[in-house]
Amino acid sequence: MQRLAALLAGLMFGAGLALSGMVNPIKVQNFLDISGTWDPTLIFVMGAGLAVTFTGYRLVMQQPQPLFAPGFALPPTHGIDQRLVGGACLFGAGWGLTGFCPGPAIASLVFGYWPSVLFVAAMAAGMLAAHWFIRRTGSGAPENSDG
Amino acid sequence: MTDFTPLAGTAGGLLIGLSAVILMGGLGRIAGVSGIFRMLITGQAEGAAGWQLLFLLGLLGGTILTALLGGFDPGTIVFPGNPLTTVIGGLLVGAGTVLGSGCTSGHGICGLSRLSQRSIVSTVTFMAVAVVTVYLIRHVMGG
Repeated sequence: MQRLAALLAGLMFGAGLALSGMVNPIKVQNFLDISGTWDPTLIFVMGAGLAVTFTGYRLVMQQPQPLFAPGFALPPTHGIDQRLVGGACLFGAGWGLTGFCPGPAIASLVFGYWPSVLFVAAMAAGMLAAHWFIRRTGSGAPENSDG
Repeated sequence: MTDFTPLAGTAGGLLIGLSAVILMGGLGRIAGVSGIFRMLITGQAEGAAGWQLLFLLGLLGGTILTALLGGFDPGTIVFPGNPLTTVIGGLLVGAGTVLGSGCTSGHGICGLSRLSQRSIVSTVTFMAVAVVTVYLIRHVMGG
């Protein structure tokens, strides 16, 4: 059942990315091009996503535990450190450069364009490098994924 | 130029939100794609058919299905930049999301919905940097 729920969640996520056009990197980059060819669509994507998630989280997290798991695996909400901010800067730069963030990039693989493959391969390499760096330097708390 | 599509955007956003709620209500997990993918490639995902793999397979499936049903036209896809910027961008996104513990879904949707201070700071930061980056590329460097 856990796997079924994960599969269903993934299906909806992918459908949402495609329907909203977020799998098209130029559309996302246009959203970020506030002073140029601005495409505000992502505001509506995030707004709708936030509305549903904010409300839904309040409902489901009231339960003592998730339906198919022993507990909630929640990342910390406090503690602003250099890694958080530095990581956000790197991520923002990469996102601006390509119009791609992890979800849409992986989703776009299904269309068979080589830039998608190139991006995801580079992203994987970047992730492994950072993962290795964190392990190596033993910097702070173990990796917490807020996302 | 890409068209402003508020209805499709809203519909897509609703689906993404629903996905996050299902993952939380069902598995107690944040729907953060960077983290899920990272777990998979660093061998931290559970077993051969762990939930992370199934989520990502679903993600691919949902995308294909939507395109097949006419919800998205792959012919409209345009990739900014060139192979070099794509590789650099990918490296930055990979490193940044792991160091920063999240991305647009993990921090921007899930974290903000939890009113997480970390996610608020992360989201504001990556949004601002992304906007500045695009400004530099398109209006300063004439790319």
